[in-house]
Amino acid sequence: MEEYIVFDDVHFSRGQRKIFNGMNLAVPKGKTTAIMGPSGTGKTTLLKLIGGLLMPEQGTVHVDGKSVGQLGHDDLFTLRKSMGMLFQSGALLTDESVYENVAYPLREHTKLPEPMLRDLVSMKLEAVGLRGAIDMMPSELSGGMARRVALARSIALDPDLIMYDEPFTGLDPITMSTVVTLIKKLNDALGITSLMVSHDVAETLSIADYCHIISDGKVVVSGTPDELQQSDSEWVQQFLQGRPDGPAPFHYPTAPIAEDLGVKHG
Amino acid sequence: MVNLLANVGVWWLEILQRVGRGFLFFIQILTGLPALLMRPGLLIKELYSVGVLSLTIILVSGLFVGMVLGLQFFMTLSRFGAESALSVTVNLTLLRELGPVVTALLFAGRAGSALTAEIGLMKTTEQLSGMEMMAVDPVHRVIAPRFLASVIAMPLLAVLFSVVGILSAWFIGAGLLGVDSGSFWAQMQTSVDWYNDAMNGIYKSIVFGIVVAWIAVFEGYDTIPTSEGVGRATTRTVVNGSLAVLALDFILTSLMFGGI
Repeated sequence: MEEYIVFDDVHFSRGQRKIFNGMNLAVPKGKTTAIMGPSGTGKTTLLKLIGGLLMPEQGTVHVDGKSVGQLGHDDLFTLRKSMGMLFQSGALLTDESVYENVAYPLREHTKLPEPMLRDLVSMKLEAVGLRGAIDMMPSELSGGMARRVALARSIALDPDLIMYDEPFTGLDPITMSTVVTLIKKLNDALGITSLMVSHDVAETLSIADYCHIISDGKVVVSGTPDELQQSDSEWVQQFLQGRPDGPAPFHYPTAPIAEDLGVKHG
Repeated sequence: MVNLLANVGVWWLEILQRVGRGFLFFIQILTGLPALLMRPGLLIKELYSVGVLSLTIILVSGLFVGMVLGLQFFMTLSRFGAESALSVTVNLTLLRELGPVVTALLFAGRAGSALTAEIGLMKTTEQLSGMEMMAVDPVHRVIAPRFLASVIAMPLLAVLFSVVGILSAWFIGAGLLGVDSGSFWAQMQTSVDWYNDAMNGIYKSIVFGIVVAWIAVFEGYDTIPTSEGVGRATTRTVVNGSLAVLALDFILTSLMFGGI
């Protein structure tokens, strides 16, 4: 299986906090890969390292055979043209309409005439069910609608890789199942590589070909959804089933609360 | 004591780091300027935003500053029977100093703070990262047009400020206080030098435009992406921009008009 993205011994910190501590990870080409893990484990950071928005302190990130950290400004921007990224917040341009937002990458990187641009934007918006919102402003959209517009924008240039940062958060059940189907269809029909960061275990496992669960700056377990569900690791089962008790602590590491409250034991 | 020294050292290093980032950012902006020739629409939109929308505060301020100058100079000069020198004092004060300086201070407060807040919020809401992921350089697409528009708008606004100030001083002096109108304009023609006074004032405002715009866009781009971070960055734009204008004014005045 050809690998599209490869993390090799990647180290990354935010301030004093170590996010990745020798991360090794591979994302196969043409497949839907999911990255899951508890909050604060660096899933979004991982996507930003792939897009070159952040650079590793140590180690390398290869995308389509190119080391992202070694690329110059122009080469990095050329590589990004082959990527689409759906941000958690949508990241829509707030002073532009839905139409202008989706048309934005097309305007920047192609010289298509306006009627063709309009047709293309309409098709992308049709795919996410928001053709009727084409002339609305981002401030008029709900959170879920904004995410769908952002999804339409991220596929505007027909990229080879699409990265989804929490694509299902805040969507109503109907929209969620539509987006789940859309992601799967996009991946299958276009043969693109999809990398998804998500907390929604059921939806993610239903469309992912391969999953990595990360914790403490490393990949804890990898495998197909079936392999993960049959894993005998208590940690994996706790995460997949969302059990509050188990090896994964709910509390961020700190001193016992009794110490903070000045309560003496015994 | 050691801790104090260490903290001072860290503080200085942070300042130097920021200054270094600021200079690199300035170079990035300059490399983005030629591309603007191909997309004049971006520049025109920003000229409207930073220039046209600043007109009200600039013109109204020019009106009142001119009227106050006319009144104050008249009262002082009339004590020595030198009312006829009103034109010279008002014109030189406005063209050489108050026009460029007050315009730059007002610009930092109105357009500079708006630029920082706008860019800072774009960073906070990941719009700039979104652009980068679409292979669009935000420094070229967002920052460079705003910077150039500010540099172009500043001298134009300063000229308008001075013109309105001079007219309102004339109105106070000649219209209300009895200074001879013909003498007011004749004195202006004979004692104001086009290059030494008017052009030097314009050069000053171009320098102020570069510095205020640079501070405003850098503070926005370098902001900590939180609501408090944007607020602090906006305050820094106004404070640092105003102080930079006042300090530069002293340096430019001594270089242009001598005296030291």
